[in-house]
Amino acid sequence: MKPTTEQELSDAIASANAPLAIRGGGTHPGHVTGDVLDTTGLQGISLYEPGALTMIVQAGTRLSEIQAALDSENQDLAFEPEFWPAAIGDSTIGGIVAGNISGPRRIQAGACRDALLGLRFVDGSGTVLKNGGRVMKNVTGYDLVRLLAGSWGRLGVISEVALKVRPRPEAQATVILNGLSDTDAVKNMSIALGSPYEITGAAHSPQNSASQAQTYLRIEGFEKSVEYRISELSKLFSKIDTKLVTDATRSEMIWANIGCGGDFAKDSGALWRISCKPSDAAELVARLDPDVVQYDWGGGLIWVVLPSDVDARARLGAFDGHATLIRGADFPMRHPETGPLARLTAAVTAKFDPRGVLNKGDA
Amino acid sequence: MEMPVPDKGVLSRKAQIVARLRTALPADAVIDATAETLAYECDALTAYRCPPMAVVLPRTTQEVSAALSICHEEEVPVVPRASGTSLSGGALPTADCVILGTSRLTDVLETDYDNRFIRVQTGRTNLSVSGAVEENDFFYAPDPSSQLACAIAGNIAMNSGGAHCLKYGVTTNNLMGVTLVLMDGTVVELGGAHLDAGGLDLLGVICGSEGQLGVVTEATLRILRKPEGARPILMGFDSNEIAGACVADIIKAGIMPVAIEFMDRPILELVEDFAKAGYPDCEALLIVEVEGSDDECDAQLARIKDIANRHNPVELREAADEDQAARIWLGRKSAFGAVGRVADYICLDGTIPIAELPNVLTGMRSLSEKYGLKVGNVFHAGDGNLHPLIMFDANKPGDLELCEAMGADILRLCVDLGGCLSGEHGVGVEKRDLMLDQFTHDDLEAQMQVKDVFDPKWLLNPAKVFPLSLTLSRREARQ
Repeated sequence: MKPTTEQELSDAIASANAPLAIRGGGTHPGHVTGDVLDTTGLQGISLYEPGALTMIVQAGTRLSEIQAALDSENQDLAFEPEFWPAAIGDSTIGGIVAGNISGPRRIQAGACRDALLGLRFVDGSGTVLKNGGRVMKNVTGYDLVRLLAGSWGRLGVISEVALKVRPRPEAQATVILNGLSDTDAVKNMSIALGSPYEITGAAHSPQNSASQAQTYLRIEGFEKSVEYRISELSKLFSKIDTKLVTDATRSEMIWANIGCGGDFAKDSGALWRISCKPSDAAELVARLDPDVVQYDWGGGLIWVVLPSDVDARARLGAFDGHATLIRGADFPMRHPETGPLARLTAAVTAKFDPRGVLNKGDA
Repeated sequence: MEMPVPDKGVLSRKAQIVARLRTALPADAVIDATAETLAYECDALTAYRCPPMAVVLPRTTQEVSAALSICHEEEVPVVPRASGTSLSGGALPTADCVILGTSRLTDVLETDYDNRFIRVQTGRTNLSVSGAVEENDFFYAPDPSSQLACAIAGNIAMNSGGAHCLKYGVTTNNLMGVTLVLMDGTVVELGGAHLDAGGLDLLGVICGSEGQLGVVTEATLRILRKPEGARPILMGFDSNEIAGACVADIIKAGIMPVAIEFMDRPILELVEDFAKAGYPDCEALLIVEVEGSDDECDAQLARIKDIANRHNPVELREAADEDQAARIWLGRKSAFGAVGRVADYICLDGTIPIAELPNVLTGMRSLSEKYGLKVGNVFHAGDGNLHPLIMFDANKPGDLELCEAMGADILRLCVDLGGCLSGEHGVGVEKRDLMLDQFTHDDLEAQMQVKDVFDPKWLLNPAKVFPLSLTLSRREARQ
């Protein structure tokens, strides 16, 4: 099935009598079973007002097409959705929203959910629904937009997305701190993030056989401002061996590598994504004892590669956060929930998809 | 304002219900004397009043849970109330309800600068959250105008914004976790010190649910390091249209001010009479604030001035020092007071795409003529969040109704232009009956089914947000 309009999408879901596997650009990392419902027929940018920082786009539109349009106005998506190691090829905006996918800038500019102004979607009964709108502030009724973001298609199939876009920063630069242990790296990232310099990326690659440990801090903004903030940051870390990358292109390459093209994306084994309290990160990594590790979000996000037969959750035990399996092992994709939270999640899902046809299996 | 007929069964069991609440809560935490419940008869939407049956003022999550669990068993409606500053009647009681007040839940539970969050009990006021981290130069970003009085519980219920949310976002963008008590007394933890949800983002739907899904007793809030400095610039223009175009140009140029505030002539005249801020004589006035070091502020203001000059401003005035900065903000901050001094008013909260600014202001002017009521505008222009103040005389029979009818027309205009009914005040009772102007029945049914999950008996704040006709069968199911 490949609907090209919202109405066709609604008809396809309403008439489905077996589970549907929603598919756009292959962003979903889980094993979803059912007849493929291809969303890439829902195409195109229906509204783009650069002066209002607003874009409305059909859910099956490829991220590359959206970025090309934004490029022409020197704008971008603040949440850096291009950094997602699970996508095979080119994600659709619907998949990105369904996964609430957000890159390094999440710590400063917010997640995908924070850039969403409104959604149109079709629930599990085939009913066409809208929530939110296209304006910057909106508290009219319940916020189903954020409920849908990160729901991975279990509540409805997104048909249209209204996004807040932003002017691309004029300049960027990166400070690299060399040779820090994981614990010290997280501590120093916290110092940077607690400074007034509005760090837009804070990541750490521990020492491995090929290279020494490096901790990265990114500044973006007006040229003069970046210059000033980078020099202030260097002063803050005067006792650490630091290197400045002031060339914007080289700085961009560093962050593209950290986001999803880093070493971990290429490695065999199972890739896990762990969301945690930053100051717990080094201890959690010690528990995991991974083959490869990359810290992002100042320590609040950890990517690890483990052997396929190792259950990261068993090694982690209880902690403030959750672990998502991205690929390479036979464990559930999502961190299991318990107690009243599990009950509420199941009940909300059953309301939106009473027949249980949307993205079942290990979704 | 239509409200549900009080449940006679509940009213007849008042003594028994209050007695049960007294066994579960400390003696001073349950109020049922008529003279005392009167203090809770309304919130900041003062046109509507109704004393509740009783009030409970718990001090802990456990006490909230005990009180809710009793009300659940007794099938008593519960209206949660934080500081009672809602402009949309979110905390308006019914005669058969128990008000659950958060005013005694004021503790700071944890302050964590390394991980940049604070965990507080939600009766704490917005400003005192920032106050708790100020000595370390941190702050909590959402800053509603009522921040001295309004509490975090209400901010979460309404997903409150403020003047600086253009840069920092509204409550939902700064809320990391909550302790939520469901109507049946169940305590649920959502989110925490980590940044994203592992499963469904239930925290996202709790924020802004107007106290209809549960009572939030504790919250983990993101705190930020204060900027090195901030500086406003004031600019006056010959027309609303020109000021609107200037706003769009600033935003498009990639400058990210923390605030862009807009005032039109009717407001400016009242403000000048009242606050003597020395504003220029003009049709529309903007206040733009930027943040950073001195040099960074200079650089951003230079760009803003360049843009403004292209629109032939009547005046451009930069603040050279703190005192001048305070004078620029003085008029804006006294705007509501300036209006309140000469008239009764209702404050609307519709939001529009910013390109529609001139259209909505023109539309408002003709509605003002049609209804014969004066309207002034003071609002957050950067994000299109309008605050039209419609002035009326509460002592003149029929004037409030006329004012409300005009307000409804203005909000419909906002929706017609691609906007929404409420940008930051919430729906409450005030905009409840306009919801079908913005949403379809199906859209609202999808929202109501979320309440069905969290509060199957529809006991929590049941007469708000949705038109009463749509919720009737759900509310009656329990009676």
